[in-house]
Amino acid sequence: MNDKMKKLSPSTTELLKTVLGLVAVYIVITVVSMTGNLSHSMNNILAELCIYAIIAVGLNLCVGFLGELSLGHAGFMSVGAFVSATFTHAMADAIPSLYVRFFIALILGTLCAALAGFLIGIPVLRLNGDYLAIVTLAFGEIIKGLLNVFYVGKDNSGLHFSFVTDNSASLGEGRKMIINGAKGIMGTPHVTNFTIGMVLLIAVLVVVTFLVDSRTGRAIQAIRDNRIAAESVGIPITKFKLIAFMISAGIAGIAGVLYSHYLSTVTASKFDFNMSILVLVFVVLGGLGNFRGSIVSAVILTLLPELLRGLSNYRMLIYSILLIGLMLFNWAPKAIEWRQMHRIKLPWKGKDNASS
Amino acid sequence: MLQVKDLSIQFGGLKAVDGLSMDIADGELYGLIGPNGAGKTTVFNLLTGVYKPTEGTVFLDGKDITGLSTTMINKVGIARTFQNIRLFAELSVLDNVKVGLHNGFSYSTLAGVLRLPSYFRAEKEMNERAMELLSVFGLDTESDTLSSNLPYGAQRKLEIARAIATGPKLLLLDEPAAGMNPNETQELMDTIHFIREKFSLTILLIEHDMRLVSGICERLTVLNFGQELAQGSTKDVLNDPEVVKAYLGE
Repeated sequence: MNDKMKKLSPSTTELLKTVLGLVAVYIVITVVSMTGNLSHSMNNILAELCIYAIIAVGLNLCVGFLGELSLGHAGFMSVGAFVSATFTHAMADAIPSLYVRFFIALILGTLCAALAGFLIGIPVLRLNGDYLAIVTLAFGEIIKGLLNVFYVGKDNSGLHFSFVTDNSASLGEGRKMIINGAKGIMGTPHVTNFTIGMVLLIAVLVVVTFLVDSRTGRAIQAIRDNRIAAESVGIPITKFKLIAFMISAGIAGIAGVLYSHYLSTVTASKFDFNMSILVLVFVVLGGLGNFRGSIVSAVILTLLPELLRGLSNYRMLIYSILLIGLMLFNWAPKAIEWRQMHRIKLPWKGKDNASS
Repeated sequence: MLQVKDLSIQFGGLKAVDGLSMDIADGELYGLIGPNGAGKTTVFNLLTGVYKPTEGTVFLDGKDITGLSTTMINKVGIARTFQNIRLFAELSVLDNVKVGLHNGFSYSTLAGVLRLPSYFRAEKEMNERAMELLSVFGLDTESDTLSSNLPYGAQRKLEIARAIATGPKLLLLDEPAAGMNPNETQELMDTIHFIREKFSLTILLIEHDMRLVSGICERLTVLNFGQELAQGSTKDVLNDPEVVKAYLGE
């Protein structure tokens, strides 16, 4: 055991630090919240922070480690959200325990989102270039459009699906609409809380860090760094691109499951292009290939608009100015130089590479 | 072991390689030379499946490997280096070699994520194997360095180490001595001899440095405008007036 401790790889050490940091934050916030010192709106947003951090970590796997741009991660999130919420509603009688139902819904939502990633990845990841960005952009819009006209109702004889037309009238005894077109899913039980969000965030973080630091992860990064060289050493390119993309989409699905069990009403229009871009901003600001950075920037950029709420109309203006400022502070060569001169180390950065 | 018959590729109106035939014996050190633009690297790209030949066949140990994908060609036993170095720039020196070991060791993605015993076992062996390879090239002290931060000569060596890590029978070296000074070239020649013995390799190399070519190659093929100009033992070929003309002009 001692031998193993000594040989902890650098990435495992970094992971340990991040996890310990998250646990510490969790304890502090829980204590503050229990003593009643946390405002109501703050208390509400905690789970949302975890959700965005999870999807940012997932997208970073795709953009930072696989080197493929995805502009439709909100689409995978909506797959996870709708599948899981439908399950939770449909099985309300069959599985009385809410948490058991949620757990199965979580697995189901994750798998379905990963499956969607797989189906999209098969044709697109065989190509080289920016095709994935284009196709995921389309996927995000198509899935939103489809879900907007999707109706699922339940009655005593089972589930009924319908596209385009509202089928609520045709339901028999014990009718209940689950997905109601553009009005989305209403009344999903509120399961997601800060604890569940935090546990899943840590689980996701551990999975992706371990993945990256394995044979599979090396293959994925080799493809990113030099596809031709990766082929020349016998790495099946499409297979490993698919694995990475599927996992990334599955993680977006987890975020979606949490999201639909966090808000009582979820509509497809929530998962639009803006959300995909927002998550991409988290990833780019936090640093490609830096999971800790993704978490920190997701938290900061989700909190900012809330904290700026008092500024009412000027909120988004200030938000965008701050965003530009943060980007510059984080990435501008002069800013990096200045930080190095004054020996300021950003806690979310492993090491600064001023040269790049 | 490697038989190339009438290999040709046409890009539009240009026949970059035209009817090339070579027969390389087991354990041989074979040179492919020619003036710039003669089509030498294109031959490598044809042998490794980067390009599909328009005509001709390639046999490795009697098996037809024409038209296989690059990945498959590596699996059947051909590894290569590149003229313009292609390392995995964001990975460490050690990890570059471990990517080369990818197909030699196997554990599932799930075992990696769950850190099952098979992960630790395979990783330990991979590390040992990779360090062993690195020490052959004197790179073992640099194992944690980012590969893009290595000096030029060391990057070339690392590329060779990575190629050998895939366990090839045939190694293709594309201008291994490019950008090296005479001392480094001498050292490289020794290394090439050494790895041929140690890993029982057959080596086909492209080179401009005539000292290296005449120093280590046993046989040569000279390409000019995609066609074979001369073929035979190194000494005969280098004294061929046609070859001298192609290199130095009339």
